[in-house]
Amino acid sequence: MKSNRFSPSSIKVVVIGNAMVGHKFCEKLRERDVLNTIDIKVFGEENHRAYDRVHLSEYFKDKSIDRLYLSKTGWYESKNIQIYLDNPVVEIDRFKKNVISKSGEVCPYDYLVLATGSSPFLPPITGNDLFGVFVYRTVDDLEMILGRAYKSKKAAVIGGGLLGLEAAKAMLDLRLETHVIEHSPRLMPRQLDETGATFLRNKLEHLGIKIHLNKTTSAIRGNERVEWVEFADNTQLDTDMVVVSAGIRPRDELARQCGLRTGPRGGVIVNEYLQTSDPFIYAIGECALYEGMIYGLVAPGYNMAEVVASNLTGGDKIFTAFDMSTKLKLIGVDVASFGDPFGMNTAHSPIIFEDRMRDIYKRINISEDGKKLLGGILVGDTHSYNMLLQTCLNELSLPPHPENILFQSEEGSKNESGVMALPDAALICSCESISKKTICDAVIAQGIADAEGMKKCTKAGTGCGGCIPMVKDLINETLKLQGKMIKQIICEHFAYSRQQLYDLIKINGIKTFEAALESFGTGFGCEICKPVIASILASAWNDLIIKHATIQDTNDRYLANIQKGGSYSVVPRIPGGEITPDKLIAIGEIAKKYNLYCKITGGQRIDLFGAMIHQLPEIWEELIAAGFESGHAYGKAVRTVKSCVGSTWCRYGLHDSVGFAIELEERYKGLRAPHKIKMAVSGCVRECAEAQSKDVGVIATEKGWNLFICGNGGAKPQHAVLFASDIDKETVVHYIDRLLMFYIKTAEPLTRTSTWLNKLEGGLDYLKDVIIHNTLGICVQLEQEMQETLSQYYCEWKAVVESPQLRKQFTHFVNSNEPDPTISFEEKRKQKNPVAWV
Amino acid sequence: MGINKKTKWFRACHVNDVPANGGVCIQYQNEQIAIFHFTSRQEWYATQNLCPHKQQMILSRGLIGETLSEAKVACPYHKNTFSLITGKCLSSSEIDVIKIYEIKIEDEFVFVACE
Ligand code: SRM
Ligand SMILES: Cc1cc2nc3c(=O)[nH]c(=O)nc-3n(C[C@H](O)[C@H](O)[C@H](O)COP(=O)(O)OP(=O)(O)OC[C@H]3O[C@@H](n4cnc5c(N)ncnc54)[C@H](O)[C@@H]3O)c2cc1C
Ligand code: SF4
Ligand code: FES
Repeated sequence: MKSNRFSPSSIKVVVIGNAMVGHKFCEKLRERDVLNTIDIKVFGEENHRAYDRVHLSEYFKDKSIDRLYLSKTGWYESKNIQIYLDNPVVEIDRFKKNVISKSGEVCPYDYLVLATGSSPFLPPITGNDLFGVFVYRTVDDLEMILGRAYKSKKAAVIGGGLLGLEAAKAMLDLRLETHVIEHSPRLMPRQLDETGATFLRNKLEHLGIKIHLNKTTSAIRGNERVEWVEFADNTQLDTDMVVVSAGIRPRDELARQCGLRTGPRGGVIVNEYLQTSDPFIYAIGECALYEGMIYGLVAPGYNMAEVVASNLTGGDKIFTAFDMSTKLKLIGVDVASFGDPFGMNTAHSPIIFEDRMRDIYKRINISEDGKKLLGGILVGDTHSYNMLLQTCLNELSLPPHPENILFQSEEGSKNESGVMALPDAALICSCESISKKTICDAVIAQGIADAEGMKKCTKAGTGCGGCIPMVKDLINETLKLQGKMIKQIICEHFAYSRQQLYDLIKINGIKTFEAALESFGTGFGCEICKPVIASILASAWNDLIIKHATIQDTNDRYLANIQKGGSYSVVPRIPGGEITPDKLIAIGEIAKKYNLYCKITGGQRIDLFGAMIHQLPEIWEELIAAGFESGHAYGKAVRTVKSCVGSTWCRYGLHDSVGFAIELEERYKGLRAPHKIKMAVSGCVRECAEAQSKDVGVIATEKGWNLFICGNGGAKPQHAVLFASDIDKETVVHYIDRLLMFYIKTAEPLTRTSTWLNKLEGGLDYLKDVIIHNTLGICVQLEQEMQETLSQYYCEWKAVVESPQLRKQFTHFVNSNEPDPTISFEEKRKQKNPVAWV
Repeated sequence: MGINKKTKWFRACHVNDVPANGGVCIQYQNEQIAIFHFTSRQEWYATQNLCPHKQQMILSRGLIGETLSEAKVACPYHKNTFSLITGKCLSSSEIDVIKIYEIKIEDEFVFVACE
């Protein structure tokens, strides 16, 4: 029947429906119509331009549609496409070849494209129109659900299929008691076999969703609004709202009205070119019925858009039956089914793996000759989904023991060599029809190095997003083949290395976590990125830590070290370990007054343990009055500068190591870094201060000082290396300034200087080039930045002691002045100690 | 089906008593309840204050955050994380579920549902 040929003179195309598939069609058509000669008009019924329905549930997250839009504001105008929103087409006149919209617009067309999608099916039962009954399809639906959810405690979702479960999870996230009602004996009956569905049910029940199987809803009841639902077996369930997800019905009303052929159960009948019974009218997406089938997924819809765009511009693509494999995208519930999940079509032998401890069920159907993978089901662990799907779709030969695929551990199943073994033509992103070759080429030719970049460059992963893990593997493997390093990222919220974030924060003058998230991140942060950003902000601006209290690790938040049982310890700064008798007495008196356990630390200070949270400001106040200030035993910061007694007393001493240690500690105190920094100064080569085990070690020589760097005690001891010999004090300080600033700017989180140096490309020689020989020309800048940061130093305890508002944060309860009644101590060697934990 | 338990709402504190994107602990009879204001998501949560890992009264002082959009709190002691929605421990299958309380805001006060 195909007879349409592209005519060079301007043609008029009208699109009905502006959702995922309608929009994709506009994109594809303009892409091919390079000369901009086609006159395109689009009618949408919804109030919003096309948005990502697949990720609709994310609307609940920030209650805004902005992130869901498929195009930037002004995209249609910039592409010269006329768009009418909130203005559905109400009539098609096939003989005059025009459409009439609700507002009375009459638009002639040469070709008409129906992308009217589908609507949720509302079973014809009593009460389906009650207030409190919803469907789950559009942003407006979700908006109404939200409005009701605030006033509800319970929600019942009718339908335990893919969409119903997604809706149920959303209801649970809205903190409603959630019930799922399914009339068949198992969940997701179209995708899962009985065992798989049982495993899924267990998972969901763990999450707190209540599942009712074999329940046919016969009525929804209530006085004006939903109060309960009734089932065919005469039982009932109280609920405040109902979300119906009982399947979809293609929107073919316009097609029927103008006499196009439709299927017995709905859908506009199309041929392989997606032409309807009128060759000038096409249908694509969820309203199209191809070979008796409605394709309720976005990937085949996009494929249809491509086929029609091709045909209207002289191409001759055709649509063929499309893979319907699916992966449920619920957090915490991994479920996938692919190929022929039940093995209905071909003789096969299934291999089944069940792990009831971890709720994992996997089934793969293998062809009888053992060579091909026909399909399968994964519940609880879908790490191998993409690889299995590719093996199945590309008909790759299976290894001799295919059962091993099922045992692969989570890491193992990433199977790096696996992705590279795929044929070039393997379709990785089926939504956008992107092949493995396109992805690898983008890495090689255009230097794409992460999934975000790949999305922008090729659109891979912009549809349902299911292929992203595989896209990432392909990027990483291709980079590795090219000998490139794989990018470090902080966590799911920041796709940057710490070094990049440090630069971004500094350059853009970012001062808060929220601003950092807004400018360079996604989502809302976590316990990994919050302290990292806190540390960067502290290093960059040396702002008061407590101003950013809720993003700090707990010791930084309370400026003291938390101990077993919930009490805290205080370690006043004692620079160089030198202390007067009066100060010793002051510490003793304070310890006595508050009944604190005392211990001399390995860092030449005195640790006072067992303070209650509300006592901290009082203890600090007394310490400050006695001349002490914050000792950073907490915080990824400069800790102590240890010293030996040095030339003042020691018969071997060459210079005043105590004096220099004190100078260094006073200079660098409070400096925050990717990890803690320790220093020591020894008066001679006997090295009583153990300087060669520190991040920065200084040892007196006949002619000056030797500077050692990047040593480490702790879990993986490493000797410091000699960096410069016989230099004077000023030079020591210049080098330390530069070195520490360079470390702060470039190290990954929680990396001590030793590990940082071990990983630094070019190693010690490179570091000497940068710090001593100034090959990067940044020495002055590093020193300036260090100076700026250090000049902002302020005793953190003092800030709290002086601010009634900050002091208020140091209580156990907000609604009472009582200390935590559960804290208790016992006596040991004449001091108090916390009770051991269980 | 259809059990209707009576909820008793306890007025815990003023909304301003809870730091933005942080938590506080409140006392209700003999219970300690952690209240969190996930300000950036405009959400409030309440859980038991006790971390089941080593039985420490501490969760209110934990960092809150999200993973794949599931809100969670990390215990300050060993950074085990718990879902604020289900109470499940996300970092270890060995650690017990924590109790989640219903919470609501009315006239700038935070109310927690206590049995
Ligand atoms: C108090 C003290 C032990 C003592 O009683 O002597 C101590 C106590 C703690 N050390 Fe330490 N370390 C102490 C000296 C040391 C030393 C010795 C030194 O500094 O000369 C080392 C080896 C040197 C080094 O760091 O390279 C040391 C290596 C560690 C490590 C391992 C670091 C590493 O790179 O492997 C940790 C763990 C960490 O930081 O991640 C650690 C962590 C800790 C923590 C913070 C563990 C924790 O999170 O609770 C302890 C805090 C106790 C508290 O609340 O006060 N502590 N710790 C010492 C305090 C010194 C001070 O005055 O500040
Ligand atoms: C919550 C949810 C989750 C989903 N998850 C997935 C998933 O993970 N993977 C996947 O592949 N698919 C998923 N889907 C399905 C996917 O969203 C659909 O397959 C896809 O959006 C279909 O696009 P469409 O443009 O054909 O139809 P629709 O999205 O239904 O769009 C049709 C549009 O046409 C408009 N319209 C109808 N009649 C007229 C008229 N007369 N005039 C003007 N406009 C009209 C409608 O208002 C609508 O905006 C999900 C769907 C939902 C609801
Ligand atoms: S060595 Fe271990 S136990 Fe001892 S203080 Fe350091 S961290 Fe604590
Ligand atoms: S006590 Fe909470 S994680 Fe260990």
